Amino acid sequence: MTDVSHVDAALRHAVATGDEHPADAPLSVHDLTVAYHRKPVLWDVDFDAPEGRLIGIIGPNGAGKSTLLKAVLDLVPTASGRITVYGKPYREQRALVGYVPQRESVDWDFPVDALDVVAMGRYGKIGWFKPVGRMHREAALHALERVGMADYAKRQISQLSGGQQQRVFLARALAQDARVYLMDEPFAAVDAATERAIVEILQALRAAGKTVLIVHHDLQTVSEYFDHVLLLNMRVVAHGPTEQVFTPENLRKTYGGRLTLLEEAANAVARRGSAE
Amino acid sequence: MLRVLPIAVLVLGGLGVCSVLGQSDTGTLTDSSITWPGWAALLRVLTLQDYNTRVVVLGVACLGAAAGLIGAFMLLRERALLGDALSHATLPGIGLAFMVMVLFGGTGKWLPGLLLGASISGVLGVLCIMLIVRTMRIKQDAALGIVLSVFFGLGVAVTGIVQNMGSGHAAGLQSFIYGKTASMLLSDAVRIGVAGVIITFACLVLFKEFRLLCFDAAYARSQGWPVTLLDVVMMALVVGVTVIGLQAVGLILMIALLVIPPAAAKFWTTRLSRMVFTSALLGGMSCSLGAGMSALVPRLPAGAIIVCVAGLFFLISMFAGPARGVLARWWDQKRLVRSVARQNVLRAIYEVVESSDRDVPGAVTFDELVGRRTWSPREVQNALNCAIRGRLVRPDGFQRYALSDEGRQAAWRAVRNHRLWELYLITHADIAPSHVDRDADRVEHVLGDEMVAELEKLLADTHPNLTTPASPHRIDRAFHVERETA
Repeated sequence: MTDVSHVDAALRHAVATGDEHPADAPLSVHDLTVAYHRKPVLWDVDFDAPEGRLIGIIGPNGAGKSTLLKAVLDLVPTASGRITVYGKPYREQRALVGYVPQRESVDWDFPVDALDVVAMGRYGKIGWFKPVGRMHREAALHALERVGMADYAKRQISQLSGGQQQRVFLARALAQDARVYLMDEPFAAVDAATERAIVEILQALRAAGKTVLIVHHDLQTVSEYFDHVLLLNMRVVAHGPTEQVFTPENLRKTYGGRLTLLEEAANAVARRGSAE
Repeated sequence: MLRVLPIAVLVLGGLGVCSVLGQSDTGTLTDSSITWPGWAALLRVLTLQDYNTRVVVLGVACLGAAAGLIGAFMLLRERALLGDALSHATLPGIGLAFMVMVLFGGTGKWLPGLLLGASISGVLGVLCIMLIVRTMRIKQDAALGIVLSVFFGLGVAVTGIVQNMGSGHAAGLQSFIYGKTASMLLSDAVRIGVAGVIITFACLVLFKEFRLLCFDAAYARSQGWPVTLLDVVMMALVVGVTVIGLQAVGLILMIALLVIPPAAAKFWTTRLSRMVFTSALLGGMSCSLGAGMSALVPRLPAGAIIVCVAGLFFLISMFAGPARGVLARWWDQKRLVRSVARQNVLRAIYEVVESSDRDVPGAVTFDELVGRRTWSPREVQNALNCAIRGRLVRPDGFQRYALSDEGRQAAWRAVRNHRLWELYLITHADIAPSHVDRDADRVEHVLGDEMVAELEKLLADTHPNLTTPASPHRIDRAFHVERETA
């Protein structure tokens, strides 16, 4: 723990980001550093998500994109950093944040149907011990309708195609009726119909003033889908409106010419950690 | 209906046992010293006329049901083997509790004390596993193996020491390892019953929370659910049922009651509530049947028989289970093969009619069909029979076949799917026209409405006639033979 924050402090000057965050940003990440088994995977990430925008999180494999979402959601331990949602600590604002995990993160052989999964987005509103009531079932069904899956409500989830499973996950987050959405590769390996459905939903969310952060792989569609991009490779390479930030120069910084020193430092920290 | 039937049979079987339990009050109170089972003995056990048998069967049935219930959630949480480590880790606690009680002047056989010791060391074992996995770079399976064997070894050593302490009662400790079902007292059965009620109540109340936890723990945490607390509650229920069940089936075989019934139940249903119920039912039935059988034959240890019966139920479920059993899958496969053959024959008739003038309008001969593709006359005949049964094809009695109205519609769809896919391969995947036929043959049967709509959109610009597009290659036998040899 201590050694990480030590290196972290040393690097803070290298990745200079202001300490001022707007108080009412939908999501602010303050100086976030994350380490797996003492090996840092995210260095000093610091940014604000502007409200009502679709924000793409772009970077090569192993850049820490999924880890960033998980760290924001308090699913992985952080070495340092603070997350605020609309100016208050994330833990107090969980209900405002919807999460769409990677499709592979669950066992799709699980004995539930599509509607059961989507209804899980309502559990927070239902509260402890109570079964899923009619009102909440209808809300879940409505969410399924929005992703074009109403006909599949009673289908066991293993019988759905990959794209349909992805839409079920999206519907679960919609059912929660959050203000900030974090989506981990919703476009990964989906069919064209699903891709269109997701894009439509994203645009509807933006129109409703929601803020959506999306981990994305396909560079070709970035300019088309996202208003903002966050270029990430262990640290924030660049962040801002797509037309300003999504430049060949920044992409080269993100993908090519890895910061070898940064990686070496990470490995050194990991080695020293395991030697202790 | 197919799904409900076997479950109904199981329920009826269970009800039968229950009704007998309720009605029979005439059993003798003497100990049952059965030799080889005659019909009379079999009847005695089956109808539970004997008091001891009744206590044992009722007790283990409750145990099996409770273990099946909580075991279902454990299995879905992918922590089934944790139960095994847990039960093995109880042994040192039992020995140590015995020692402590003897040191404080008791007999050492006070059961609540022993069970408390078992719970504490069982939980310690599980905590050790979690600690090892979390802090060291050791995977869960290795951690399980380490903790399970070390705790069990420790337990055997401790019980050995206890036996050397000279207290005559220590011999009873062995029964925790292999179980001693036959000596179950009414108080034991009542204790199991109470534990069963508590577990059932907890699972009912926390059903929604457990479902979320087992399906997607990360999402549950992102929603603010206390995942660790829920895991602890679930683990506590497992500890409870394990410790209560130790005397009955023994710590080595306890895992069977936690894992086998839920694994078997998964073959019967795809709904969680039904799976949990079926699991409890299967657990209860294997236990009562196994205990009954062991009562019939002397020196047949009940714990082992119970596990064997549970294994038998698992085998039956694996074969006959309608959800994903072997038979169900075989049947689905067969249906798919038949529907593919039917579509092939429909498309063949359609294309023969389309490509040449007919003596009898719309009718094709058997030989023409055989010449269409590389298939045997037998295959053609089977596919034709199948299509005729479905009223898609009409035979005229002279070895000529024509499509019915319905058949023409289905054939047109098959032809269209086939050609749309061919066109797609040619225009979008740059595959030579002579090579697309075989590919389309496989894909045409699996094209869903969404994919067809997508194909239409992609091809709309380049191909004016998408209602019934022309084939992009020659359609005749020679073409297929050419492909075969190529």
